Amino acid sequence: MSAVLAEASGPHARPASSPLLEAIGLGRRFRGLAAVDQVSLDLSVGEIHAVIGTNGAGKSTLVNMLSGELAPSAGSVRFDGDDVTRWSQPRRARAGIGRSYQRTTIFGEFSVLENCRLAAQANAPHAWRVWEPASRDLRGVRTAQRALAAAGLDGDTARTAATLSHGAKRQLEIAMCLATEPRALLLDEPLAGMGAEETGRMLDLLVGLKAGHAILLVEHDMDAVFRVADRITVMVNGQVIASDVPERIRNDRAVQLAYLGDGH
Amino acid sequence: MASDAAVASPDEVVADVGALPDIARREAGGWLVPAAAALVAAALPLVVSPYAQDLVVRIAIYAIFALSLELLVGATGLVSLGHAAFLGLGAYATVLGSGDSGGSIALLLPLAIAAAAAYAVVVGALSLRTRGVYFIMVTLAFAQMAYFVVHDTKAGGGSDGIFLYVKPTLAIAGKTLVDLGERMTLYYSVLVALVATYAFIAMLLRSRFGHALAGIRVNEQRMRAAGFSTTPYKLAAFVVAGALAGLAGFLLAAKDGAVNPELLSWHESGAVLLMLIFGGIGSLRGAVLGAVAFTLLKEVFQSEALLGPLAQHWQLTLGLTIIAFVAALPRGLIGLGTRLRGLARARPASTTAGTPT
Amino acid sequence: MSTATFLVQCLNAVQYGLLLFLVASGLTLIFGIMGVINLAHGSFYMIGAYLAFALAPWFGDWFVTRLVAGVVLAAVFGYLLEWAFFSFLYDRDHLQQVLLTYALILVFEELRSLLVGNDVHGVPAPSWLAGGFRLGGLMEYPWYRVFASAACLVVALALYAVVNRTRLGMMIRAGASNRDMVRGLGVDIRRLYRIVFAGGVALAALAGMIAAPLSSVYPGMGSSVLIICFVVVVIGGIGSITGALVASLLVGFVDTFGKVFFAEWSGVGVYVLMAIVLIWRPEGLMKRGF
Repeated sequence: MSAVLAEASGPHARPASSPLLEAIGLGRRFRGLAAVDQVSLDLSVGEIHAVIGTNGAGKSTLVNMLSGELAPSAGSVRFDGDDVTRWSQPRRARAGIGRSYQRTTIFGEFSVLENCRLAAQANAPHAWRVWEPASRDLRGVRTAQRALAAAGLDGDTARTAATLSHGAKRQLEIAMCLATEPRALLLDEPLAGMGAEETGRMLDLLVGLKAGHAILLVEHDMDAVFRVADRITVMVNGQVIASDVPERIRNDRAVQLAYLGDGH
Repeated sequence: MASDAAVASPDEVVADVGALPDIARREAGGWLVPAAAALVAAALPLVVSPYAQDLVVRIAIYAIFALSLELLVGATGLVSLGHAAFLGLGAYATVLGSGDSGGSIALLLPLAIAAAAAYAVVVGALSLRTRGVYFIMVTLAFAQMAYFVVHDTKAGGGSDGIFLYVKPTLAIAGKTLVDLGERMTLYYSVLVALVATYAFIAMLLRSRFGHALAGIRVNEQRMRAAGFSTTPYKLAAFVVAGALAGLAGFLLAAKDGAVNPELLSWHESGAVLLMLIFGGIGSLRGAVLGAVAFTLLKEVFQSEALLGPLAQHWQLTLGLTIIAFVAALPRGLIGLGTRLRGLARARPASTTAGTPT
Repeated sequence: MSTATFLVQCLNAVQYGLLLFLVASGLTLIFGIMGVINLAHGSFYMIGAYLAFALAPWFGDWFVTRLVAGVVLAAVFGYLLEWAFFSFLYDRDHLQQVLLTYALILVFEELRSLLVGNDVHGVPAPSWLAGGFRLGGLMEYPWYRVFASAACLVVALALYAVVNRTRLGMMIRAGASNRDMVRGLGVDIRRLYRIVFAGGVALAALAGMIAAPLSSVYPGMGSSVLIICFVVVVIGGIGSITGALVASLLVGFVDTFGKVFFAEWSGVGVYVLMAIVLIWRPEGLMKRGF
């Protein structure tokens, strides 16, 4: 698939030569119903690869299989040269696959800083150092501060996470993801529930992150997707019906049919 | 991973972030309240009767038991209905290890803790394969299994239990330093054990390990997504909790001079959970407070001097009280205290919520 | 072991298992549909047994009538109990449910103590079920036990029929898998819960009444059956009636033959079985569903 894009031109960036994360023929059945069927796609550093589709198209299931939360019924996942299909989610996360969730999953009770410090701890647990308070985790605090800055959250990091605005919570969700220093980012509807201004900020953030990460963006917001995506994969009923650069997707008959047909 | 080469000194880091908030949510009085309580308890023998001292020792032992469960329920979010098994196994190990001529604390205490911890490893490894209600039922079942072993088998001593003829002592070069058969020695030993347990758990909870447990309690899935293999953490909490319950069991055997299978019964497991909810889940002070409240309540309800003929039906009065309490005050006594102090006071955020000291 | 003895033990195992199934099916339904963990479920079994004892002088040999009367009483009791107490538990977390139902056990135990006392009672089997039939040379298998197994089997089949063939059963199955959807479909969820709860209580009480002539009536009988039922539900899977049946029979066999072969360690057998299932299939033998 990446070979086809080699001739892509225009304002969108050229992906790096070999993909960081690949889904190869992924499939998942639930009691006879195929939620995902023969899906292949890849992700490279330096690009934002968006996945769009109607409701029930299998996008979340796909993300869950890439992150390791759900075992595929068929196919495999490769990350940085390794076959990670059998790897648990924590193992994949430590290897560099981070994800954010559609429903905000920040730790509301903790402070903003602690949310990220705890996430960062996963990479250097040192859990046996029980005599040492967690606040002495300088490496973790530094990593957390960097992640918060990268996600655009500078303000009062001592405040309780639950008191943040919705948009800020979504930023924190991203920051937590970044605190684990991932190379691939699986973002499940990060723009959910955001107004225009917040959306703009989030998109700028994503474009800024592109250079150092491979980003998979599952989204419903079409305008946002067409603004930032370097490649778009369209899914309907668990299958990929098109995967290409945005201009070609926009003009693709099958895609138009799927969306117009559904009254989307 | 970023290099640590440029890590600043703690002071610089603090300056960067603004004031780093306290790890533990500040409760009224901070460290002073538990310290004061310990001092009061230490001074009590000067003013109260031996019967009351005996009661205080019993309460203190149950407070250790409750604190151990708090690590599981309050800090990690794992509701175990079989924690009495570890109390009982610690007690039985103490008695069985003493034989007829008594034993050394240096041997029996580690033995009790090890016995409880060993069973906790097995039970934990199997129970943690389940979640939620299954976990509750499975922990109950494994405790029941231990109950049957001590109740039915000859090795376990049968339904009457076993007597401890000589209480544990600690002797060096022939000189007896600590004799738990001595009332005052037992009293202060138990108090020291309680303070040590409290401090140990508080330390655990503010460590990285403790923060990870808190994260698992709030959202285990998120922790996994960040890269934590959560099962080893939960198992570690389970085993530490079991070991500390074994400590309580050792002390209980030393105090009572006898063990019986009812120590492992689910009534005992239910009682310690009740202590936690009475005091307030998620608070070490609450665990101790709950142990005090529950033990005193049971004493009162069973006292014929206070309640006359109603004392016989203490199960009814206790049962109704529990229903009223849990229904009206799900956050326990600590929660009541928090509510009374009002929500108006602005609170700094905690870097870990869950279990303040 | 002679063939006759083996056969007797098998029959005992099946009978015990079927009796357990009656209690466990109620427990698993209540949990599967209402999401409530109920420690007091064993008390309903005990109440059934004491009910059999209390009703005996009134009904004499009209045993089946006595059972029916008891079931009706238990169902009414369950209906009222759900309305007065359990309906408040649905929104609470598991810990609170555990403790509240634990307190309920204490209350039930004490009320029983006040009303009927703490003595152990025997309940005679009806005269038309006295005696037994010959198995092999020396063994006689009691007719009452055959009746007990048959009665439980009939109830099990009736339960299966209700759950799988009636509209009520359809609502029950739907409620077990998706509570909110059922509510959205306009089903009066509160009445459904009340009926299910009453049914669960009735099943447990019926089991207690049937068991009374077999095991006598004593104060601790509720607790012992409850924990075994928890094991059954864990092994069979919450919400699964088929799972409860399979697991009950398994437990019946392990327990019965355990007593024969392992004497004083037999009490442990059931838990070892549970441990094995946990290692092999933590989610229970049956996947969620009926």
